[in-house]
Amino acid sequence: MSKILIRGAKVLGGEPQDVLISGEVIEAVGAGLSDEGAEVVEAGGRVLLPGLVDLHTHLREPGREDSETVLTGTRAAASGGYTAVFAMANTFPVADTAGVVEQVYRLGKDHGYCDVQPIGAVTVGLEGKKLAELGAMHESAAGVTVFSDDGKCVDDAVIMRRALEYVKAFGGVVAQHAQEPRLTEGAQMNEGVVSAELGLGGWPAVAEESIIARDVLLAEHVGSRVHICHLSTAGSVEIVRWAKSRGIDVTAEVTPHHLLLTDELVRSYNPVYKVNPPLRTERDVLALRQALADGTIDIVATDHAPHPHEDKDCEWAAAAMGMVGLETALSVVQETMVDTGLLDWAGVADRMSLKPAKIGRAAGHGRPVSAGEPANLTLVDTTYRGSVDPAGFASRSRNTPYEGRELPGRVTHTWLRGRATLVDGKLA
Amino acid sequence: MQRHLISAADLTRDDAVQILDTAEEMARVADRPIKKLPTLRGRTVVNLFFEDSTRTRISFEAAEKRLSADVINFSAKGSSVSKGESLKDTAQTLEAMGVDAVVIRHGASGAPYRLATSGWIDAVVINAGDGTHQHPTQALLDAFTMRRRLVGRDAGIGQDLGGKRVTLVGDILHSRVARSNVDLLHTLGAEVTLVAPPTLLPVGVESWPCEISYDLDATLPKSDAVMLLRVQRERMNAAFFPTEREYTRRYGLDGDRMARMPEHAIVMHPGPMVRGMEITAEVADSDRCTAVEQVANGVSIRMAVLYLLLGGMDPAVTHTRTEEK
Amino acid sequence: MDTQRSDARPVLEAPDIARVLTRIAHEIVERAKGADDVVLLGIPTRGVFLAQRLAAKLEEITGRKVPVGSLDITMYRDDLRMHPPRALARTDIPGDGVDGRLVVLVDDVLFSGRTIRAALDALNDIGRPRAVQLAVLVDRGHRELPIRADYVGKNLPTSLRETVKVQLAEEDGRDTVLLGVKQTTPDAQH
Repeated sequence: MSKILIRGAKVLGGEPQDVLISGEVIEAVGAGLSDEGAEVVEAGGRVLLPGLVDLHTHLREPGREDSETVLTGTRAAASGGYTAVFAMANTFPVADTAGVVEQVYRLGKDHGYCDVQPIGAVTVGLEGKKLAELGAMHESAAGVTVFSDDGKCVDDAVIMRRALEYVKAFGGVVAQHAQEPRLTEGAQMNEGVVSAELGLGGWPAVAEESIIARDVLLAEHVGSRVHICHLSTAGSVEIVRWAKSRGIDVTAEVTPHHLLLTDELVRSYNPVYKVNPPLRTERDVLALRQALADGTIDIVATDHAPHPHEDKDCEWAAAAMGMVGLETALSVVQETMVDTGLLDWAGVADRMSLKPAKIGRAAGHGRPVSAGEPANLTLVDTTYRGSVDPAGFASRSRNTPYEGRELPGRVTHTWLRGRATLVDGKLA
Repeated sequence: MQRHLISAADLTRDDAVQILDTAEEMARVADRPIKKLPTLRGRTVVNLFFEDSTRTRISFEAAEKRLSADVINFSAKGSSVSKGESLKDTAQTLEAMGVDAVVIRHGASGAPYRLATSGWIDAVVINAGDGTHQHPTQALLDAFTMRRRLVGRDAGIGQDLGGKRVTLVGDILHSRVARSNVDLLHTLGAEVTLVAPPTLLPVGVESWPCEISYDLDATLPKSDAVMLLRVQRERMNAAFFPTEREYTRRYGLDGDRMARMPEHAIVMHPGPMVRGMEITAEVADSDRCTAVEQVANGVSIRMAVLYLLLGGMDPAVTHTRTEEK
Repeated sequence: MDTQRSDARPVLEAPDIARVLTRIAHEIVERAKGADDVVLLGIPTRGVFLAQRLAAKLEEITGRKVPVGSLDITMYRDDLRMHPPRALARTDIPGDGVDGRLVVLVDDVLFSGRTIRAALDALNDIGRPRAVQLAVLVDRGHRELPIRADYVGKNLPTSLRETVKVQLAEEDGRDTVLLGVKQTTPDAQH
């Protein structure tokens, strides 16, 4: 059985230790482990984390292979330190049947860069009218547990209620894209001082908050759990905090870009900053960071949303919404949470691996770095600083808002069940 | 330093006064037997209109022709653009044809800014109205009209609008004219008040350099100029106000209301007017209403802008917009 | 206009300027046979002041008011693209116009002739004078076009390295013509 000795790694940012991988599992963690018969990776004080888990990725296959495929998307995931991603359902055709989710699941398995756990649509065709066959998708080879119409909100209160109730039968969770559709007709950016000046249609915070408020109350009423996708406002944080204090089974995610960027950037009219939900204000950004630190927001999820160049190289109103994120997520989290002292590396592991794996029931992921656990691991050079160059991305798309921005941290190695998918920053 | 005219907010006070002063000289050309100057001979200007606006287009066209520019009208409506050709492709086509300036009208806010900053094109870009963002030459012609009427044709040379009280009434939310005017009038030292039902004011308006009022009758006696903005009837359907009749009762300008304005105060309208809605025929046709004058002044202002941006080696107008870092 | 060195040397002083303007006024009366149909058009900035002074002198001589105006030639320049756009000056044509009259263009310095070429173009768009003549305070030579002045205050042979600067009380607070040597910035003089 092949052995790998990672020597001198700060496990979860602690004191340097050696980690010995044997086959698909971690055999030992400790000081001065023998390298006999093992390939040695000198960690040199880099930080070792459990492989990251992304609960919110758009892989675009099937249907939009011009922007991303399961192969390019999982290579991007491995580059960013991820060992599991949850693939959103808004593909063409929509992942609303067992057939589509199994196809995506198998593609991930075949490529072997990163486990792909498909998310099933809540409603047929994401149309919000009729429940998709949630049970069939759960029972399929893909074993779907997370359901979402992401990109669209399940805005019909009755449909949402039924979905929340229905998935209880098999421990599923509905991940809500909270966006009241009537309040966001023609919306182009966060509604506030900047939108007033730029003359772009306003996307009010209340369009997100009102849905979250409704859904946590629905979850309470039917005794189900609900997950809130890409929470973006200070008001949403308050509602989730209130719901949790009341004992409601709600979890929430925040994207890296909402932890860093504000709507001031829209003044450039550069559609690379156009995203759903929109970039908010400085006040919101600070509230989101605080909420991620204190656990009100459970996890970081990328909402990796690849788009081809031409969908962004145009006027704002005509541009697609979304940003790629898998390859920059950890750097942004280090910049906004670790280097600011809000979170330590154990906290990062919790928010980017343990918790998302738990919410999505991703078996074998988000485990502690200790003997007997699956060897899903990520090694990070946290002392690195460099500017983002999208030309080097493994993703098929380049729509990053960080081009040219200096960010800290670089993932050097990723292991998926003991097999290296990234070595010295290069895909294996 | 930019060499385009994208937003009225980009103009300094001195830039704006220079444009108004230049326009005053351009206006005198209109009184000559030959209303033409050779200044832009050999320069090509494209009027790139993605939205119908015959009024604005012919105003620019008249200005361009009076300065002897070669004019190409490109109405993007009904052309290949509607078949999916992008703004970028259109821009690159124009670039390949060697145009010196693009006067662009676009339904999307920010399209002129994108055109000017994206590297698609080298030409000077002049914003002729973008979405609900800006319409800087409209604001300039409005300021020009106010300066002539409230300060004087000759007395106004070199002067701004310091201390003048200007009231804008109507659909501020959807109005690029309002945004441009607030920016420019503030730069020129005027005191601006916006009057509208709260539904037709944007969230965030409180950060604008102006006062807000919901009460037209209280504002009229304190106004040197009252500018009415067009209110589209279809807004009613989106619940911005209950009925046309109620809008007119609360925010329309009729003869009785006009009588509450100071003797010297003027009534302005960027056109097209919806008579019976925001303005009665009595007011529209009174000699206090400058709507027709504004149209004439539009040509002079656009000549001035074209001359200052295109007439020399570098633009004379300095811009203060800071590039994104 | 900031190329003047402090050691620029006066070649005409106030009394000289007054004297040559008087002489030019007499010459105009003589050549125009009484100056009944003369219209003086000064080229901004200093040509306008010179035209106004000439008009006053003509009135002294003939006892009649002589129409005087200004003709801005900025928009007619052939070197527009070599400089940032210039602020426009006032064009002010006297009430009766120029049709059928003798227009005397007035400028401070005659150099390349391009300003006068532009003035003739501008005049062409305004009306059809019976004849056009040119009066200048200083002719410094170096013509680039077939243009000559009908009335010259002073012929001043210069080199291209030199600068000629006219100062008038109305604009500069004093009357003088200075001859200096050009420093770094080219094209600062017309």
